[in-house]
Amino acid sequence: MDVTSPAFKDNAHEALADPALQRALRNLKAGFPGKRAAAIARLPEFEALRDAGRDLKNETLANLDFYLEMFEQNVREHGGQVHWARDADEARKIILGICRDAGAKTVTKGKSMISEEIALNEYLDEHGIQAIETDLGEYIIQLRNEHPSHIIAPAIHVNLDQVADAFYAEHQKYGKTKRLETPPELLKEAREILRAKFLAADVGITGANFCIAETGSTVIVTNEGNGDLTQILPRVHIALASLEKVVPTLEDAMVLQRLLARSATGQECSVYTTFSTGAKRPADPDGPEAYHVVLLDNGRSTMIGTEFQDMLRCIRCSACMNHCPVYGAIGGHAYGWVYPGPMGSVLTPQLVGVDQAGHLPNASTFCGRCESVCPVRIPLPKMMRHWREREFERHLQPSAYRYGLRAWAYVASRPWLYRRVADIATRLLRILGGRKGRLSRLPLASGWTEWRDLPAPEGRTFQQLWAMQRGKRA
Amino acid sequence: MSAREQILNRIRQGLGRGELEPARRAELEALLARPPRGPIPARTDLDPAGLIALFIEMAEEAAATVVRVPSLVAVPAVVASYMSEHGLPPALNVAPDPDLVALDWSASALSVVSRPATEGDRVGLASAFAGIAETGTLMLLSGPEGPTTLNFLPEVHMVVLPSQHIVGPYEDAWDRLRASQNSMPRTVNLITGPSRSADIEQTLQMGAHGPVALHILLVDG
Amino acid sequence: MTATHDSPRVGLFVTCLVDVFRPSVGFASVRLLEAAGCRVEVPASQTCCGQPAFNSGDRGDSRAFARGVIEAFDGYDYVVGPSGSCIGMLHHYPELFDDDSDWRKRASALAGRAFELTSFLVDVMGVGSVQACFNGSVTYHDGCSGLRELGVKQQPRALLETVQGLSLVEMDESEVCCGFGGTFCVKYPEISNRMVSDKSAHATATGADTLLAGDMGCLLNMAGKLAREGSDTRVRHVAEVLADMADTPAIGEPKG
Repeated sequence: MDVTSPAFKDNAHEALADPALQRALRNLKAGFPGKRAAAIARLPEFEALRDAGRDLKNETLANLDFYLEMFEQNVREHGGQVHWARDADEARKIILGICRDAGAKTVTKGKSMISEEIALNEYLDEHGIQAIETDLGEYIIQLRNEHPSHIIAPAIHVNLDQVADAFYAEHQKYGKTKRLETPPELLKEAREILRAKFLAADVGITGANFCIAETGSTVIVTNEGNGDLTQILPRVHIALASLEKVVPTLEDAMVLQRLLARSATGQECSVYTTFSTGAKRPADPDGPEAYHVVLLDNGRSTMIGTEFQDMLRCIRCSACMNHCPVYGAIGGHAYGWVYPGPMGSVLTPQLVGVDQAGHLPNASTFCGRCESVCPVRIPLPKMMRHWREREFERHLQPSAYRYGLRAWAYVASRPWLYRRVADIATRLLRILGGRKGRLSRLPLASGWTEWRDLPAPEGRTFQQLWAMQRGKRA
Repeated sequence: MSAREQILNRIRQGLGRGELEPARRAELEALLARPPRGPIPARTDLDPAGLIALFIEMAEEAAATVVRVPSLVAVPAVVASYMSEHGLPPALNVAPDPDLVALDWSASALSVVSRPATEGDRVGLASAFAGIAETGTLMLLSGPEGPTTLNFLPEVHMVVLPSQHIVGPYEDAWDRLRASQNSMPRTVNLITGPSRSADIEQTLQMGAHGPVALHILLVDG
Repeated sequence: MTATHDSPRVGLFVTCLVDVFRPSVGFASVRLLEAAGCRVEVPASQTCCGQPAFNSGDRGDSRAFARGVIEAFDGYDYVVGPSGSCIGMLHHYPELFDDDSDWRKRASALAGRAFELTSFLVDVMGVGSVQACFNGSVTYHDGCSGLRELGVKQQPRALLETVQGLSLVEMDESEVCCGFGGTFCVKYPEISNRMVSDKSAHATATGADTLLAGDMGCLLNMAGKLAREGSDTRVRHVAEVLADMADTPAIGEPKG
């Protein structure tokens, strides 16, 4: 997927001016946080589970090589195959190879952010294999030729009219001639059309919420059941997972599942939580004949042992972006790549480079709401700050900004100079504020004054007044 | 060096060590063999009657319907009655579970088959391995007696669950599975309510791709 | 006013924004601290907490700022400031220095005795009520650093409840960021504007006469927006109301 993160400010500008998107974001803010809060209010063990989730992920990362080896061993023992991909290119080629060996013409897909990361659909398409998204939200955006704007609700930015338009345009080729208007009609049509795709697919590709070392299982979590139809009907099931999805045991998966459902949608449990282990057994009446797991690195192994390691705890719940006031103002597309919101602001610079994605960790007030809701307690603002440190070291910030910071440091490390500057500033701003007591224009600070006034100071600094008062007291 | 080796080496480099020491490896393998549990919700700390009540409450909250059935023998009549109440054509696909297949379906006036589900099947009847009271969740296993397609292709999914197979937390269900089989089946489905989506302008609707309705027959006898 | 500790020596951390924009907040802080039984001094060599450098990734300069503050406030029983954001920054000082270094130890010691004003009064000095009068309704914005880094939530409200004549109306999303964020508001002004517009709408919807908060950054941002919108809502630092010094022009109001 093309990276448009360098255009973040322009993207944000468009997003802020888009009434349909703003309506969708208002709905998001009215929905997700309240649902999460209600769900965790019913579970007294939630905070203890957060600690347990953080700790088990940390333990896993500290022994990641072992758990990946055990996972691979157990996949094989149950008749599956494991493929290791260092980067997106390798992963694509592996998957294409499996599809070609299966003689695949069409492939159904469960929702997988990793597949976005490696731009899989376009690649398969270039090689004559049609990849059909089956998650309803992913299907909608596939019809619209768009990318997801949220990691669990990919079409959250799309309104009813836009869905109706997309179906009307794209379903003509199935003999559908009527433009539908209501959610139930649209759902019914999608169900019918996609049901045919499920049944015709040669290969099914899913992601994996968890990879369980103990059993060699991949786990998918859906509410629609599309992931299940994707992975049980075709002859071949490919599960695509990044390295850090591995957890030690079934028990560990349930700790994380309890956190995931509530943090994501406020549900007690997702409708379908499915554990797949190997291909069908000889006596099974149905199921895929072949099972492949593709393990993707693509920048994760180099996070181990760095100040970004904690980001590998992420379970992709989306709580951070649901509570982020910046995401809530601009939506997911503005971030310019696969992962939006706070988790995207930490992960994207790692995967595409901070020179491309520098805006993301900078467009944050460090309010900390993300960290406060992260089910595995990832210190997201701290890691965004680490990205800013990397930028500072590499002189990637605008030089005017850098000079400003150094100048301030110079002044503030010399108290006598700081006092002179403060005295002058307060008097100058007081004068500029005039009788109104505030400034509507201020050179060098148009970012502020374009949108708000600047209250004027009182005319003397506290330190000046304090010294005067102490003179009186003494 | 293979991709696998390179990736594992990079991980080890980041961790500041080579391969795991054998003693440490043995420790971790032991933990995999006897997995410790995390925090278990206290809501599951109930006696069997309490767990049944909790299971029903949570399943219904997830929009499943639950009916208590005095014994397996009564299942065909209960199934037939549900189907006629809901205007469903009298055709049923029953999982090849010997306990279900052996029931007397003749009096129910249903035309019954027992095979992997196909597109035309509107109603499927399966057998649950366990019920998890914590969230009203069913555990179903793939196997000769359980085609997984039966859980997803039909419009209406009916599931027979013996009430003595209801446990409290998910972990108890995993332990039951470990005790009953030597290894994982191809598919373990944890199912909580019928299929749904809110992807069309945040309107919650049932029956996205999987079943529109989930009807649980809780069998006591 | 009850104080449960004998007279501790408190160094007032003024903060740049109070120093330059609103000294009355400094005086209100002193009054509150003295009424609680503290001996208050204002180190003249204090400058800035260093948050702009820290949040911009400039660890070198951040360390210099930290050393300056540690030195300036050496020897006080407590360091107290009318800002969750600046005091929150003081709590970050230890992570700037290597483990086991002398500066690390001194930074940890400073962090252990550095408090935001209202939480110091309530949690450390045991202040249960203030002697103040304010006829009007207020609503309170929870500054992010104070709330999430320092646990400031109930304390300002507990004290406001004891102000005679004052009624407190909670706004929706009081805990959501106002969009100041230090340099964020000038680096990403459009997004900041959206956030402060939302905040302004929520505050106005309460019908309260006055909007309060505990951080000058938030206050300048919100007051500036409300003024640009032509709003009647007045904006003050919570210390002014608690110290019974709210008879002066509000933030951004013309004098006289």
